[in-house]
Amino acid sequence: MPHDHHDHDHLSPSGHPYRKDNDGALTYWQTMEIAIRELMVEKGELTPAQIQAQIDAMDDRSPANGAAVVARAWTDPDFKTRLLDNGSDAAREMGFDIGPMHLVAVENTADTHNLIVCTLCSCYPRNLLGLPPDWYKTREYRSRAVREPRAVLREFGVDLPANTTLRVHDSTADMRYIVLPARPDGTEDMTTEQLADLVTRDSMIGTGLPKAP
Amino acid sequence: MTLSPGTKVRIKTMSPLGHIRTPHYLRGKTGVVERVLGPFKNPEQLAYMVPAPTRTLYRVRFEMGHIWPDAEAPQDTLDAEIYEHWIDQDAP
Repeated sequence: MPHDHHDHDHLSPSGHPYRKDNDGALTYWQTMEIAIRELMVEKGELTPAQIQAQIDAMDDRSPANGAAVVARAWTDPDFKTRLLDNGSDAAREMGFDIGPMHLVAVENTADTHNLIVCTLCSCYPRNLLGLPPDWYKTREYRSRAVREPRAVLREFGVDLPANTTLRVHDSTADMRYIVLPARPDGTEDMTTEQLADLVTRDSMIGTGLPKAP
Repeated sequence: MTLSPGTKVRIKTMSPLGHIRTPHYLRGKTGVVERVLGPFKNPEQLAYMVPAPTRTLYRVRFEMGHIWPDAEAPQDTLDAEIYEHWIDQDAP
């Protein structure tokens, strides 16, 4: 029984572990952020509504944006060519506001698989995929994705054949990367919208594959 | 001079302090220019909000078996973005 943990006093009565409260003192930078934000509001440079709108805009970005790009590339060969040639322009062409982001799309084929990592920090195409998953920013993923990427992929459930070439892309500088996964078999009659539903976040990072139809 | 795709290059082994975008695991390694990304402001200055000159940024492709002698699949590759001042053009 998953909740039968009475002998563990570090678990709550509901059977789940307690999470440490974040009731320590504010850090220097947290204090600085609050002070500057309140000053900007007080001086009329920003309104609380503008700040909330920016937070909402960041939260609104989701992998659905990237999935729409992938599905379009699966159904429109000319768009796919443009996407692989200049990812930023192709994303803008679809109406996504990607700001100054430089996007590189890398294509999975019958004999090539691509995997994205940022070993130095957490570079991620947020404008197309939303906020990165927590594991993407961990030291473990960042180091192991370049050191033993095939083992990492197996842990994600992707067991690459020995004759598949794996290309790992370390986002070390100004580019952001999205994987263009291979279109699943048996999807010939699906619409672009239906195809987009098969495209998972992880399939665009390279740690997963699209869902089967 | 901008290097063409396919050019063999070696990453310098220097270890300056600061906001460096060249990962340690690639320093001293040999790879091939995969594509030219164009001029970008040098993050080593940009991060400190001092005037930053532009540098040509390249995507350089390395073989996993070269970076890690015990790599499970030596023919797999690793691509990273490397600024021109980290590329040793005389020592391919």
